[in-house]
Amino acid sequence: MSSSLFWMIIGAALWLLGLHGLLTLRQALRRIIAFNLMGSGVFLVMIALASRSQPSDPLLVALVVTGLVVAVSATALALRLAGVAQGGRKHAHPEEPRQ
Amino acid sequence: MTEWLFDGVLGLLLLGLAFGALYGRNLYASVLLFIAFGLALALIWARLGAADLALAEAAIGAGLTGVLLFAALARQPGPADRPEVTGTRLRLGAAAVVLPMLILLVQGLAPLSEAEPHLPEMIARHLDETGVSHPVTAVLLNYRAWDTLLELAVLLLALLGARQLGPRPLDLAEPWPLLRAWARVLAPLLVLAAGYVLWRGASAPGGAFQAGALLASGVVLLRLSGLLPRLRWSSAPLRLLVLGGLLVFISVALMTAWLGGGWLAYPVGAAKPLILLIETVATLSIAASLSLLVVGEGEDVSS
Repeated sequence: MSSSLFWMIIGAALWLLGLHGLLTLRQALRRIIAFNLMGSGVFLVMIALASRSQPSDPLLVALVVTGLVVAVSATALALRLAGVAQGGRKHAHPEEPRQ
Repeated sequence: MTEWLFDGVLGLLLLGLAFGALYGRNLYASVLLFIAFGLALALIWARLGAADLALAEAAIGAGLTGVLLFAALARQPGPADRPEVTGTRLRLGAAAVVLPMLILLVQGLAPLSEAEPHLPEMIARHLDETGVSHPVTAVLLNYRAWDTLLELAVLLLALLGARQLGPRPLDLAEPWPLLRAWARVLAPLLVLAAGYVLWRGASAPGGAFQAGALLASGVVLLRLSGLLPRLRWSSAPLRLLVLGGLLVFISVALMTAWLGGGWLAYPVGAAKPLILLIETVATLSIAASLSLLVVGEGEDVSS
């Protein structure tokens, strides 16, 4: 088994671990973490593919560098959305008995 | 043999940390393990020969995402140590979906590890025409400059989306004196490191993304230790910084489409100064956007 195949399997396992978390977990923060793990799994597969040639395939590395920044901005937006949703639920509950 | 041992330990560590981050006893432990996961991933990037990525991951994956998650954890309405309750049946059902997929994925991926890639050759062949000598920077800002342009647009969209959700107060506890003292020492060093990484990006691992992430982590550090005033979208210079990267990039694209060979096809000889200009403004823009996303606040915090 070559080194890149080993890391590809680890990447696939990471993606599926994230998927498993996304399917079973309920807390928003954990789900966002699970989503990030899935993204990291994809990046790991891409970099394992890049390491087939020496030095690494610059195209895949550049794509993952771009993806990393997109991932962090998506995480920030998701956390904001989750915070607003939870805040909304917290504010909505006290009003229910009145109606 | 030792290489295999190292690889195996790193891989198992990564999966273990990921499992802990998902199913940790409480949210606090989960977030901490996720930060450790980011650092382990940075090690793996370095091991796989992607130094550009290791730099970016250490600053973004471990640093900024950690601050984001901790800030979200502090705003959780319920007690943070509430354990996650999942039925055993649901877990087993999910495992029954996931395990066959692992087999299918490995079967699908295995042939790829043998295939001979031909793109690195093509990139190397035209490298001296791109204006930079580091292939990753050449891909990011010349061959596939489109990706970088759209990536800046995505960053701006995420920032605007977060802004649409209304003001968000950032409750800062009284900073720890040691943190405050260290922040004063670290901030200039971070600015220096960011400048160095940006400048070296033309010929060695580094570039706009890494430098921007480093600058942003410096801003976040200063803001968290209470040494910077509030960061607000309403302040005009900050807004200009955020938009600057995209504006300069688009105007370069328009100029090359109008006067030169085509959309983002740099004229011969002018590639290096143009790339340097774009990288500099993109660094500032990425730094401003990321720090606004992480520690930015709304304008009208009345309560």
